[in-house]
Order: sequence, then C-alpha cells, then structure tokens
Amino acid sequence: MKVGVVTFPGSLDDADARRAAAVAGAEAVALWHADADLHGVDAVVLPGGFSYGDYLRAGAISRFAPVMETIIKKAGEGLPVLGICNGFQVLCESHLLPGALIKNSLRKFVCRDQVLRIENNTTAWTSDYDANHEITIVLKNQDGSFVADEATLDRLEGEGRVVARYVDNPNGSYRDIAGITNERGNVVGLMPHPEHAVETLTGPTTDGLGFFTSVLKAVVAS
Amino acid sequence: MARVVVDVMLKPEILDPQGKAVHGAFGRLGFDGVADVRQGKRFEITLDGEATEERVAEIRKAADTLLSNSVIEDFTLHVEADQ
Repeated sequence: MKVGVVTFPGSLDDADARRAAAVAGAEAVALWHADADLHGVDAVVLPGGFSYGDYLRAGAISRFAPVMETIIKKAGEGLPVLGICNGFQVLCESHLLPGALIKNSLRKFVCRDQVLRIENNTTAWTSDYDANHEITIVLKNQDGSFVADEATLDRLEGEGRVVARYVDNPNGSYRDIAGITNERGNVVGLMPHPEHAVETLTGPTTDGLGFFTSVLKAVVAS
Repeated sequence: MARVVVDVMLKPEILDPQGKAVHGAFGRLGFDGVADVRQGKRFEITLDGEATEERVAEIRKAADTLLSNSVIEDFTLHVEADQ
C-alpha cells in the first residue's frame, strides 16, 4: 500500500503528510510536480503550503503541473486523492471539486486547533470516523474561505458531499464547509490539516490519523 | 508589438477582504466619501507581433482558463492601441 505525496515548489507540509501516511501503516512515496509518473501509488495526497507562492490564485499554477495531468486522469478512474489546505485549492482549480477558496473573511492568517464535525463517513478518506463525530485538528490558512454559488452549495448538501463542517467557523466559509468530496467519494478536499494531528508529541490530538487509516482500507477493499 | 490587457475582478457577490482592508485604510487616512473598494488584477500581455483576431482569441482562452477562475471572478479584455 503506497501513498504518494506531491511536492510542488512552495509545498510546506509534504514531509508531515508522508509521515502521517507512514504512521498509519502505509509506504509513503514522494512525488514531484514536474514528473507525470505516479510511480505505482495507490492513493495521492496534495499537501498544504504555498505552491508557486500562491501567485495568481492559490493553486492556480500548480493545477497545470505535469503530475496534475496524471492525477486528474486517474482521479476520474477512482484513484483516492486527498487535498489538504493548498491541496484543496489545487483540487478546486483543477475542477476535480466544485467551488473555490478565497481570503479569510477576518483578513487574518488563522492558526489554531479547530473542531470539525465529520458529516460524510463514506468517502475513501473518512470511513474510519463515526458519522457526526467531532474531531480537533490543526487549522492554518490565509485563503481558507470556501465559496460557491447557491446552486452548487445546495447540490453539495443535497448529495451528502459535505465531508466536514466547522463547529465554530473561523474563516467565513459558506455554510461552515471545511471539506467536500466528489460524486464518487474518492476525491476529498479539506482545509484543516489532519496530517498535523497524528501523534500527541506534535499535534493537539491524534484525530487526523483516521484520514490515512481510512484510505488504507479503501484501497484494500477495491 | 501589440499589447492585450486583461482585467480580472472578483464577482460582485464574492466577499473581497483585501478591498475591505484598503477601504478601512481610506477612512483612517481621511479619504472620505468612499462607499466601497474592490481590488482586482490587471495583466498586460505583450505579443510578439500584431494582435490578430486569432491571437486575441488565444489570449481570451488563457484569460478564461488561467488568468481568472470563473467560479469567483469575471474578466474583461481589450487590445491597447500602439504606443
């Protein structure tokens, strides 16, 4: 079971994401933005950070990296993909997920332990959580406000595609949305950082580990 | 050489925290009578040769796919007269 983690120029959390995958029991594989080969990985994490300095829009330039061409194609075939923070922004820019992420409504960089409610525990990345389970993981972002038009928001809620909601909305995200999934449930975007909450030595909890253990089961099951 | 200018603005219904911050500074500096400030982006694209219809269409495509995100932004495009 191999989990690939992409490094873009400006990625920050790729090492933590690889570590989280390893803590969960997977073999972590470093993927490079300029290399379109996924090296046989069973799942992919797009990590947090400021790829390409967030120039133009967060995720806008990364979306056209060679590795993304392959990931977009494979995601359509069912490859589990988790985009965390900047990775979520890349998934929205890639149109693998609807909506967009804009500057926090409070005009501040937010960094804190954040309580989320897991609302969809049927995705490839959330099956190890109980439905409506509340978890506390790290939130740190500048462009974290999830926006979409009303019809898209209604569709996401109607189809149960809101994966996680903020219990106490920190950034102005519409309808308190912290994470969403695609129709198939293999692609998940999440603004807070589960990879920073897998060990008590360095994180507020180990609540984030479930994302990584869930995908191991999803891959074995497929 | 011809220049194509693309202006990108957040859609009116999308909150613009940067514009709000600038608006706040207007007030602090005594620039009164300003109802709202919205911040956008301007791209000046210099072509190698003339701005033919085909090439402007290409830039329009770039504006639509790369320079703006249609979920949150609108863009306008115009060809600047020769300097």
